[in-house]
Amino acid sequence: MRFTKDHEWIEVDGDVATIGVTAYAAEQLGDVVFVELPEVGKAVKTGDGLAVVESVKAASDVYAPVAGEVVAVNGALADEPETVNAEPEAAGWFARLKLADPTAVEGLMDRPAYEAFLQTL
Amino acid sequence: MTLQSIGRPTRAEPAGATETKSLTGGRGLLQDEALIFELGGWEKTGVDLPDSDLDAGDLGDLVRERPIGLPGLSEPETLRHYVRLSQRNHAIDLAIYPLGSCTMKHNPRLNEKMARLGGFADIHPLQPQSTVQGAIALMDQLAHWLKTLTGMPAVALTPKAGAQGELCGLLAIRAAHVARGDARQRVLVPTSAHGTNPATAAFVGYAVEEIGQTACGRVDLADLGAKLGPDVAAVMLTNPNTCGLFERDIIEIARMTHAAGAYLYADGANFNAIVGKVRPADLGVDAMHINLHKTFSTPHGGGGPGAGPVVLGAALAAFAPAPWVTHRPEGFALVEHGGDTQSFGRLSAFHGQMGMYVRALAYMMSHGADGLAQVAEDAVLNANYVKARLAGVLSAPFAGYCMHEAVFDDRWLDGTGVATLDFAKALIDEGFHPMTMYFPLVVHGAMLIEPTETEPKAELDRFCDAVLALAAAAKAGEVDRFKGAPHLAPLRRLDETLAARKPRLRWTPDQDGGAVAAA
Amino acid sequence: MRYLPLTDDDRRAMLAVVGAPSVDALFEDVPPAARLAGPVDLPSHQGELEVERALAALAAKNVSGAQGPFFCGAGAYRHHVPASVDHIIQRSEFLTSYTPYQPEIAQGTLQALFEFQSQVAALTGMEVANASMYDGSTAAAEAVMMAHRITRRPKAILSGGVHPHYADAIATLARVAGVDVVHQAPGVDAEADVIPAIDAETACVVVQTPNVFGTASELSRIAEAAHAAGALMIAVTTEAVSFGLLKPPGEMGADIVAAEGQSIGNALSFGGPYVGLFATREKYVRQAPGRLCGETLDAEGRRGFVLTLSTREQHIRREKATSNICTNAGLCALAFTIHMTLLGETGLRRLAAINHAQARKLAIALAAIPRVEVLTPRFFNEIAVRLPKPAASVVETLARQGVLAGVPFSRLSPDAGMDDVLLLAATELTTESDIDALAKALIGACA
Repeated sequence: MRFTKDHEWIEVDGDVATIGVTAYAAEQLGDVVFVELPEVGKAVKTGDGLAVVESVKAASDVYAPVAGEVVAVNGALADEPETVNAEPEAAGWFARLKLADPTAVEGLMDRPAYEAFLQTL
Repeated sequence: MTLQSIGRPTRAEPAGATETKSLTGGRGLLQDEALIFELGGWEKTGVDLPDSDLDAGDLGDLVRERPIGLPGLSEPETLRHYVRLSQRNHAIDLAIYPLGSCTMKHNPRLNEKMARLGGFADIHPLQPQSTVQGAIALMDQLAHWLKTLTGMPAVALTPKAGAQGELCGLLAIRAAHVARGDARQRVLVPTSAHGTNPATAAFVGYAVEEIGQTACGRVDLADLGAKLGPDVAAVMLTNPNTCGLFERDIIEIARMTHAAGAYLYADGANFNAIVGKVRPADLGVDAMHINLHKTFSTPHGGGGPGAGPVVLGAALAAFAPAPWVTHRPEGFALVEHGGDTQSFGRLSAFHGQMGMYVRALAYMMSHGADGLAQVAEDAVLNANYVKARLAGVLSAPFAGYCMHEAVFDDRWLDGTGVATLDFAKALIDEGFHPMTMYFPLVVHGAMLIEPTETEPKAELDRFCDAVLALAAAAKAGEVDRFKGAPHLAPLRRLDETLAARKPRLRWTPDQDGGAVAAA
Repeated sequence: MRYLPLTDDDRRAMLAVVGAPSVDALFEDVPPAARLAGPVDLPSHQGELEVERALAALAAKNVSGAQGPFFCGAGAYRHHVPASVDHIIQRSEFLTSYTPYQPEIAQGTLQALFEFQSQVAALTGMEVANASMYDGSTAAAEAVMMAHRITRRPKAILSGGVHPHYADAIATLARVAGVDVVHQAPGVDAEADVIPAIDAETACVVVQTPNVFGTASELSRIAEAAHAAGALMIAVTTEAVSFGLLKPPGEMGADIVAAEGQSIGNALSFGGPYVGLFATREKYVRQAPGRLCGETLDAEGRRGFVLTLSTREQHIRREKATSNICTNAGLCALAFTIHMTLLGETGLRRLAAINHAQARKLAIALAAIPRVEVLTPRFFNEIAVRLPKPAASVVETLARQGVLAGVPFSRLSPDAGMDDVLLLAATELTTESDIDALAKALIGACA
């Protein structure tokens, strides 16, 4: 699993990556009430808006850590957005991308680096 | 003797146990009240109308057959229902309502009486103009007051709210640029701006860029200069700004904006600080909406209706929306179609919020030029008094005087375990509506307090005493008081997460007495 | 000054606490050039008596609906409002309270809004309604914007029966939102004309029933045609009492209903403030504008109500909000819900029946006048007639005789070539002697 400075995580399996927000983010957001997911088939470049996480009083943009095409979204979040709070780095995933370049994730932080980064905030 | 002992005892016996709950859940004067849909009465009606055996054969299959699903109540039940509901509302008439930038001043009852005169309330917008000369004359008088108070030559009266006023102003600005063949793409907005500013600009098709703020809480001129350019259509400012501070560089800001070929739009939400003492035209403003429900006392009514007329400079006047008032030999006229003119069109049906015009004009005439200047002075003095009384305990991000509202941040709560939100909820237990919280966004954990000029000194003291008492309690570590607040309001803290995750936006018959299953 | 509680002693004491030498010092940031030397050039303060006299004099220059036979409609209708309604909305706790952002101390407003939303959903036959918009015309404009967001298509087709002011309000927003508005030519009974115009670019069709000419229509076929093409149908209603007799748009396939609620609980008031009704399908609610009130529980498990789904709105989403709206019609919505509670289903159905009955009498009386032709084939309480002379001049003539005979269509649309068309409404306040007086006067004016 790799991480961005904007608190997204990405886990690659072959050329498909699963993306979500980190436990730190989920904690900071407070109760998640809704997730606006992208459409399957949407193409995203690195840094493009991928999803929007809504808590009661705020809407937070989630960005694509790498480029790719959306091949799946986590429909279960529609009925149970609280999964993002309960299991942000597992069942609370947002979308799966078919990666343009599967090696692109190597530039991202690994978990120790991310945890170190969190200490600086 | 005849020993009469009826009616004893006549004073309270020494108090025994502390809190006694009632047997049935009632709480003295405060009454619970179900939904009208739960009170039954599907056949009942509180209006006596004759039953007609209507032959609606002429309407065939257009006639509504299925039941609508509306309950009715008799008049006594209706009165009781709404009076019980009213007991659960805080209101200006009860206590200070210190919401920043909302200007919760007293709503004069003369306004209500005037608006209800048959000659204003019982006239149709489309009856012949010759039969409503008094109404159009009133609009003209209101326009005159607004133009004179702001120093601007023109006013668009019809926007139905401040936000619609912003839309009106930006549409006029856009039309002006387009008319010169110079359509522009960006609007600049300070980081402290109210959300309606960027929302409106984005809607009108502009890219919104933020202008930074200096450490003293004002627009950063260097940042403004860096961001201005030939593709900026407008700069939207509030003055005094949402931190309650007067933009001392406003003349320079206007000059820079105009030099770039852009217009200066002012959000007039804070006009109460300067009304009658400063004219926006003298500051270089090109357009400004005025919230009649703020500065000019029309009632907030639980969330509306508002009214947001927009005063316009000469460059923008031609683009104002229809309708507008003109003078003709035969009297006043409303021009309802701007077809041959540069007007950007019509914002809404009919002629604007006449009911609010009557109220606002009654208020203006009551105060007069001298009274309105006094309004601004007292509003600013009241806010500074609150700031001074709370200084040293609450932390203020900006030193010096404020205008009509004072902002505090949450540094003073550091280490107490109490957040701005909790502090505000505890204020409810003390009998006050909380101040504005978490706005403006540029101040961390902001608390924005606008008392207005209609608060007596005694009420300001009462409020400050409560805030200081709570501050002491927070510093003394009484976290539970705050985390669980409010304890004494008709309801405890409400689960807004549940409301957003499982929205229930209407009553449905299958609800079991209305109980919502906890998520 | 009666609204200013501070005394000079108070001001002195307060300045001392503030540590300022004078109030002027508090305004030190105002550029000297912008500081006014004295009061602006407006009259000085006046007591209640003088203000009352001045405003009553202005009011007296207006001819009110009570003064004679009255037939104006065209989007605003004269109805009887029970005395309790105005009495309740003037209670301090309703009149002088704010938007319910602190729900624990605003349950009065919030419960009333929840009841309002429930009533509006029931009346329109839709799944969900919001806590009101400024008025019907801006509700219609926001509905078109919403359809554009949902379908991501650029075209809105407005039928020729849509109120011209509503069409103009839609056009104003559409122009900047990149939506092409097709305005079909005004037609008394032309709602179905939108069907052949629907294509793959169409976001929505906007049809009004009863339309501006009073014609009530079955919209199901239009809805089917729109849906088949992936477009939405927006239904507009300007006379809310019609929901008591006519099949509601929700039963005819509407995706969004934008209506004017003024007829219930709210006076004519020369055009405002009114109350917009906005209802839609549950699946679209996150794209809806305006405030929404929802049910929840408090910390002790008691039912309560809160504003919800706020992340659509300007104060959170800022430039990505579904609209820039901040206020709703608050007190006007409260008046609507109180009046609707007093009426109940039984009362509303009776009220609607009476309105229709009076309109039928009106139609019969007008049809009997030589050279006057009733154009509206199926109506609720409003009809369009063709006169042998320009309607505007006939209306002026009758006004001089104390009869407010309705609204010339040319007042709404001067360029439609329908100068001889007059719109007349009848309500429960219309009497037979009103109709007789109108008919007599019309015969004279049209001779």
